[in-house]
Amino acid sequence: MDNGLDHPDAAREILVFALGNEEYGIDILKVQEIRGYDAVTSIANVPAFIKGVINLRGNIVPIVDLRIKFGLGNIMYDHFTVVIILNVANRTVGIVVDGVSDVLTLAANHVKPAPEFGAVLDTAYIQGLGTLEERMIILVDIEKLMTSSDMSLVDHVAGTV
Amino acid sequence: MAIDMSQFIAVFFDEAAEHLATMESILLKLSLDEPDSEDLNAIFRAAHSIKGGAATFGFTDLAGVTHILENLLDRIRKNELGLRADMIDVFLRSGDVLQDILSAHRDGSTADLDAAKEITSLLEKFANESVAEELLAANTIKNSHDGLLITVAAGESFDHQAIVHALESYGELCSSIEGGAENDWVYQVITQASPQKITDTLAFAIEHSRIRITLPQDMLSGDKPSDGEGYGFFSDDKPVVASASQDGEGYGFFTDIAESAPPPADIEADGEGYGFFEPRPKVLTGAAISSALVQTMEVKVEELEPQAAKSKVTSGAVAKSLAPAADTSIRVSVEKVDQLLNLVGELVITQSMLVQTALNLDPVIHENMLSGVGQLERNTRELQESVMSIRMMPISFVFSRFPRLVRDLAGKLNKKIELKLIGESTELDKGFIEKLSDPLTHLVRNSLDHGIELPDERIAKGKSPTGTLTLRAFHQGGNIVIEVADDGAGLNRERILAKARERDIPVSDSMTDSEVWLLIFEAGFSTAAQVTDVSGRGVGMDVVRRNIQSMGGRIEISSMYGIGSTMSIRLPLTLAILDGMSISVGEEIYLIPLAFIIESLQPRPDEVKTMAGKGRVINVRGEYLPLIALHEIFNVPPKVTQFHEGLVIILEAEGEKVAMFVDDLLGQHQVVVKNLETNYRKVPGVAGATIMGDGHVAFILDVAQLVHISQGLTRAVA
Repeated sequence: MDNGLDHPDAAREILVFALGNEEYGIDILKVQEIRGYDAVTSIANVPAFIKGVINLRGNIVPIVDLRIKFGLGNIMYDHFTVVIILNVANRTVGIVVDGVSDVLTLAANHVKPAPEFGAVLDTAYIQGLGTLEERMIILVDIEKLMTSSDMSLVDHVAGTV
Repeated sequence: MAIDMSQFIAVFFDEAAEHLATMESILLKLSLDEPDSEDLNAIFRAAHSIKGGAATFGFTDLAGVTHILENLLDRIRKNELGLRADMIDVFLRSGDVLQDILSAHRDGSTADLDAAKEITSLLEKFANESVAEELLAANTIKNSHDGLLITVAAGESFDHQAIVHALESYGELCSSIEGGAENDWVYQVITQASPQKITDTLAFAIEHSRIRITLPQDMLSGDKPSDGEGYGFFSDDKPVVASASQDGEGYGFFTDIAESAPPPADIEADGEGYGFFEPRPKVLTGAAISSALVQTMEVKVEELEPQAAKSKVTSGAVAKSLAPAADTSIRVSVEKVDQLLNLVGELVITQSMLVQTALNLDPVIHENMLSGVGQLERNTRELQESVMSIRMMPISFVFSRFPRLVRDLAGKLNKKIELKLIGESTELDKGFIEKLSDPLTHLVRNSLDHGIELPDERIAKGKSPTGTLTLRAFHQGGNIVIEVADDGAGLNRERILAKARERDIPVSDSMTDSEVWLLIFEAGFSTAAQVTDVSGRGVGMDVVRRNIQSMGGRIEISSMYGIGSTMSIRLPLTLAILDGMSISVGEEIYLIPLAFIIESLQPRPDEVKTMAGKGRVINVRGEYLPLIALHEIFNVPPKVTQFHEGLVIILEAEGEKVAMFVDDLLGQHQVVVKNLETNYRKVPGVAGATIMGDGHVAFILDVAQLVHISQGLTRAVA
């Protein structure tokens, strides 16, 4: 399948985070900041993976636990729990992951198209597989994922909850 | 091209809109008799700026209309053209047309070109008229240089033709109007002969005291020769020469001329405007009047000139003091201000956290630290207040549209209405400014249409034929109150009750007035005898109330039949801040806007009843209200499940009362309202979010929606 990279030849920087035993990569330019997990105000009648909202310097930011969404990892909230604050589609959204490992530069020739496989993630959101030495990094189109109806973060999907 | 014009276009649109607003407000307050030259200049400048900008950006249609408008205004300000009431109407309409064209360009839609054409032709008509008038005026001025105006007071007739012949022998007779028992005879003659000589000649035919000879300067000040009277600067009916040669009294009329003459239109126009003093001494000296008179006149003329100079100075000073005012404000997007407000809010939270920590410190060892924390607290408070004040704007931004609206509507309804604006400088949040104009317009229309009676009706009731509509804004407590008051018919209790019964709304005759008045906010409720195109369709008042509630405010009515009614809108100081009551359900804290809360009570176990085994009601002093439990709607585990252990809050939303069961009431707060939809989406039952003092997020409940949800739940269960 054709990958969704904008410039297939250009090297790009990605932020690598872990979900369970898998490593995922997202475009570093979508990342606003990385912070610890603290008190979240839960929202009534929403799916379990939407943890609630936090106060991020005066902005109300929703927090999504990708571990719950994809049924991965052991769900623990302590001061090692990491929240990645993303800027996608003019919104600020936080995702809870198991951990953040690296910022890597991936050259285009290190990115292979993802095969059709039964991953936890729908392949529609996967841009490709990055290989770096022995590691395989699943490149995610985070903007597409976060605005999808699966995440029910955006209003046009309000009916599906 | 390297320059990106689009950014300038946005500025042009904003500025043009401002100029149009300025034009309109000045036009409305402009006095027809004595237009203030500074005002005329301001209108002209506004039109000029719009034209300039429009031409720069290639909006030829805009530039075309403004060009004609500008020319007309230029003539008016230079006193070449008299201002008339119909002109103001057309100017106002051309303002509307310009506004239309402007928004068409802004939105990329098409403007109403027919309206533009119509207004252009109207303006051109004025322009052509003005040319004709100008010719006439030039003619008159030329005549006046040597001309004398001879008026013979109405009364016994005489040989008109003989007088005409007699005057023709002295010079060129420009016009002669034959009078009679009621009208004066008027002759205008260009002559070198002295008024004295003419008077003597005419005295053979007419009584001396009936003859008045004047220099026709007063024609410049608008008096027509045919008016006959109005040369009031002659204190008596004696001929001018008689009084002039007798003594020094009576020179007061020169002052009169100065007063009745139009004020200097412009600094450049000064020279022309006062030019008419020059021929006068010439005429009179030519007429060989005593030298004493000439001297006195010269003195008078000199005295007038400093006055002109003085007025020049003051207008210059005004212009100077205005210019810096325009430069001291900048345009900032609301987003930036809101961001600033957010950051300051965050600072306040951080600061209160510091204060908490500092309390544990030993005051002796950490004296400096503690005083620093204290200072930080004061500074942050001040900072917060100043940032808040950036969002505040005077309510005149809303009020300014009403003079025009009232003027138009009064004309349409054939009513006489005086609009009073009080407290225009009262400041309120910018967010309200936009949201207020619709509800206020509804209220003003209602007052004009249903409240204030027709002049005949008012006279019959012993009132002044002119109705008064008062718009008043003031601060009261933590609120802003905006009143729309009229001295019209007032609300008719019987008619409202009858109408309510007709619509099957449960009412009783024992209802208090204020309860009856609230009925007019029911959807589709109108007591208007007939539907007009102004109001009476029954949409309006319910929309007004909904709009005001959405701003966190409420509306009250007080009315006296036959005397008038007052609608008061009460709003919190800013849109961003809400008075709320915090409540707890299990671990969660929610805020209920105070405007919705009527009371809270702890129910006795026997007061809660179930209906059909499912729905619950609570008996509050004999009234059964539906009881909804917040923990059931939000699916949160509550601390208490027994109704008599928790609290019940009686809420009123959209005219319906409900009781809401919660764990506990925590306290009253003023909170900053945050939009949840910026980063997330609408959550059912939640109006917004806020950040509490400890930095946690709490949701603000959408009471009206909760009521709907609970009704849905009850129905689903049933």
